[in-house]
Amino acid sequence: MSTGIGARVKRKEDKRFITGQGRYTDDVRVDNQAYAAFVRSPHAHAKVTSIDKSEAEAAEGVIAVLDGRQLTGDGIGNLICGWAVSSKDGSPMNMGPWSALATDRVRYVGDAVAVVIAETKQQARDAAELVAVEYEELPVVASSTAALEDGAVQVHDNAPGNIVFDWEIGDEAATDAALAGAAHVTEMRVVNNRLSPNPMEPRSAVAIYDSAEDHYTLYTTSQNPHVARLVLSAFYNVAPEHKLRVIAPDVGGGFGAKIYIYPEEITCLWASMKTGRSVKWTADRSEAFVTDAHGRDHVTHARMGFDANGKIVGFKVDTHANLGAYMSLFSSATPTYLYATLLSGQYDIQNIYGNVKGIYTNTVPVDAYRGAGRPEATFLVERTMETAAREMGMDPAELRRRNFIGSFPHQTPVIMTYDAGDFAGNLDMGQAAADVAGFPARKAEAASRGKLRGLGYSCYIEACGIAPSAAVGSLGAGVGLWESAEVRVNPVGTIEILTGSHSHGQGHETTFAQIVGERFGLPIENVSIVHGDTDKVQFGMGTYGSRSGAVGMSAIVKAMDKVEAKVKKIAAHVLEASEDDIVIEGGAVKVAGTDKQMLWHEVGLAAYTAHNLPAGMEPGLKETAFYDPVNFTFPAGCYIAEVEVDPETGVTKIIQFTAADDFGTVINPMIVEGQVHGGAAQGIGQAMLEGVVYDEDGQLLTGSYMDYCMPRADDVPFYRIEHNKTICPGNPLGMKGCGEAGAIGTPPAIINAITDAIGNNDLQMPATPLKVWTALQAAQKPMAAE
Amino acid sequence: MDMTGEYRISAPREVVWQALNSADALKACIPGCEELAKTSDTGFTATVVQKIGPVKARFNGEVQLENINAPESYTIRGEGKGGVAGFAKGGADVHLADDGGETVLTYKVNAQIGGKLAALGSRLIESTSKKLAAKFFENFQTYLNDGGAGRAS
Repeated sequence: MSTGIGARVKRKEDKRFITGQGRYTDDVRVDNQAYAAFVRSPHAHAKVTSIDKSEAEAAEGVIAVLDGRQLTGDGIGNLICGWAVSSKDGSPMNMGPWSALATDRVRYVGDAVAVVIAETKQQARDAAELVAVEYEELPVVASSTAALEDGAVQVHDNAPGNIVFDWEIGDEAATDAALAGAAHVTEMRVVNNRLSPNPMEPRSAVAIYDSAEDHYTLYTTSQNPHVARLVLSAFYNVAPEHKLRVIAPDVGGGFGAKIYIYPEEITCLWASMKTGRSVKWTADRSEAFVTDAHGRDHVTHARMGFDANGKIVGFKVDTHANLGAYMSLFSSATPTYLYATLLSGQYDIQNIYGNVKGIYTNTVPVDAYRGAGRPEATFLVERTMETAAREMGMDPAELRRRNFIGSFPHQTPVIMTYDAGDFAGNLDMGQAAADVAGFPARKAEAASRGKLRGLGYSCYIEACGIAPSAAVGSLGAGVGLWESAEVRVNPVGTIEILTGSHSHGQGHETTFAQIVGERFGLPIENVSIVHGDTDKVQFGMGTYGSRSGAVGMSAIVKAMDKVEAKVKKIAAHVLEASEDDIVIEGGAVKVAGTDKQMLWHEVGLAAYTAHNLPAGMEPGLKETAFYDPVNFTFPAGCYIAEVEVDPETGVTKIIQFTAADDFGTVINPMIVEGQVHGGAAQGIGQAMLEGVVYDEDGQLLTGSYMDYCMPRADDVPFYRIEHNKTICPGNPLGMKGCGEAGAIGTPPAIINAITDAIGNNDLQMPATPLKVWTALQAAQKPMAAE
Repeated sequence: MDMTGEYRISAPREVVWQALNSADALKACIPGCEELAKTSDTGFTATVVQKIGPVKARFNGEVQLENINAPESYTIRGEGKGGVAGFAKGGADVHLADDGGETVLTYKVNAQIGGKLAALGSRLIESTSKKLAAKFFENFQTYLNDGGAGRAS
């Protein structure tokens, strides 16, 4: 059976996962281990007037009770935001200080004020109960709307009006003029509901300080251990990079929430040095709800103008993005460069203007969550397209077709240059698979049973393969977003791939081995993937933004190019042939057209014995590469949802769900489909079930699975998945990325289908039965009045 | 959360009023009350163990009596800190009406909870509060029936 590119190879890593042998951070047990428990603010906004630690310090098993003044006193730096976004007047963003442990003021429920280190987890938690913190409550702003009101309390003194930045993109005057001349203008108010990421494995850290070497080791649940090390060293002053090793072992889901370096990791490292003990902390689910960065939370007003033929002439967008109480690591980029640069969707729109206000509130910090900005853009564009089609009496698919970009490369007015795509082909494929032609008959049949059927489209596009370093640098990024890889061919011919990408559910141990096996004609069992350890892997920017294929694998390809060149040189020398005649196939290195060959492992051995190498060649067979992408990649597709609403109860069932995706080259269709399934489940969660709710005092009301509704197996349908394929010209494998598509493309398809069924466009997520029923009643009111 | 209620207590208004101002009576009747001590004519400190949904916490707090209009009405205001579980605070306007030798007590409560209590228990706060109020008045009636002092140990 083939295990190369395109083969449905079963995941190598699953054996250990499904037999309970995965090794996660919380499984790490080291000598001298103590446990941390954090004391957190129950108030959304308050001054900390005093902290009495005496009772906690005297409690059984307590090693230390540490607070923010001690932490800052030891020179531990404030948390940073890694992307500088400027306001439209050119001023830098107004970033307030964020200390890992609050010193004098808390700004959201869950803000940490102290940490207890004790012999056992239970003792740490019991003692945390005994830390007496006195608060003086302050007024609270719990939503972006409240934060912008006149006279609203300021979350940070240096962010007047709670505005972190007032950013713009595109040409406002040209867009206004285009809208003024439009034959039809569709106006939308869209709320992108706030989500809690909920990876299955909660965040965890084990910090180990070695006083003999003055060295730190941190095991942590990270999507990017090298970035964590860099930030912990360069900004938080925990330890210089060569004295800090970060290991992200098996990680059980990230979805963006594990990109960032949180107060808990910083505190555990510092506490380990302070106490001379290894310090472990693992969040419980309640803690995850109030500390993991939330996602989305946009309120948007938009106007899209069309000419008489349904051609879009302009799109103007005004978004309020709730950033929470502090600026998380990429919180500034998510609602700006990852959002408004996709406002063109799949459409040829000449005039676009976006204005985004980033707003402080007394809530958990908000940052990238699966899709990160692109789901918000897609939801807005695709809800607007569907609504516009209904207003103009057009078929929503036809309206899209009239506006699709058809030639590439295509420069949008909002930075992006789309390099390849087949948008009409995706729609054709989706419509055929969803049997859209048969929908009227199915709708009539449903009506005969008293049910309302609806069909909704979503033609999404995303910018993935993040990202060309110079380009993101020019936009304010504090890091380059290349990737690195090392290919180590051992003397026996087996191969270790060391990659800066990090797998936390994506199946890299399988797919990365597939491309190596294919290249050198080796069984994938002979290839192992090493990742997640800064002492092993030279460097890496990690996994997010659907970048591990397009960027991470490209780095591996580049390193394999170098290995192949050296292998050919060695073989040509040993076999006394011309390098140009050497071919690698089926585990052998051959002279083309002859029976002369060396087996793969013989070349490896020759490289390491170095008894007979070409003159001047260094021994060994190990190559490294850094790959910096030339452009973003642009996965795109067409999702079609068909739903049935029970008008008596508002209960909505997804009858069928079709995804026609163009991810470029697909290495392992089974894994890719799994990624789409998972993303679509999260998209369905956002569309119908999930929503973080704060009361006006900033109290989180959805702090457990009693109140925060995660999708379960019976909430999601069987998916029909089709793959279109246009090759991405920007990277050697032609890959675009697939990790976020499901979460990006799904919500508008679902809401478009429900609003089609109930005949009312005014429906916000999550579309719970109550909301659907209420919207349906509103739609039916005029009829009832007759 | 806002809550109102009315209870008929089989005791004269003056007796009810005295009990409502007595640390011993309140300690005996407040569900989960471990300690209650008078700090002034109108102030108490209290320790109450309470369970709301999955969260059990020991609240240490202070209680103040305001707007005193003996023997007819007062406002009781308090704030309790439950450590890691969060906090609860609020007030109740209590009114006593004499009705044929018995007393009709009406109250209007406004309460807030925060922290883990709110995250896990906000859906349960109203039902829990109603249950606690019912329990308080049941205890209160028993206390008065037993002659008060007998229970105030």
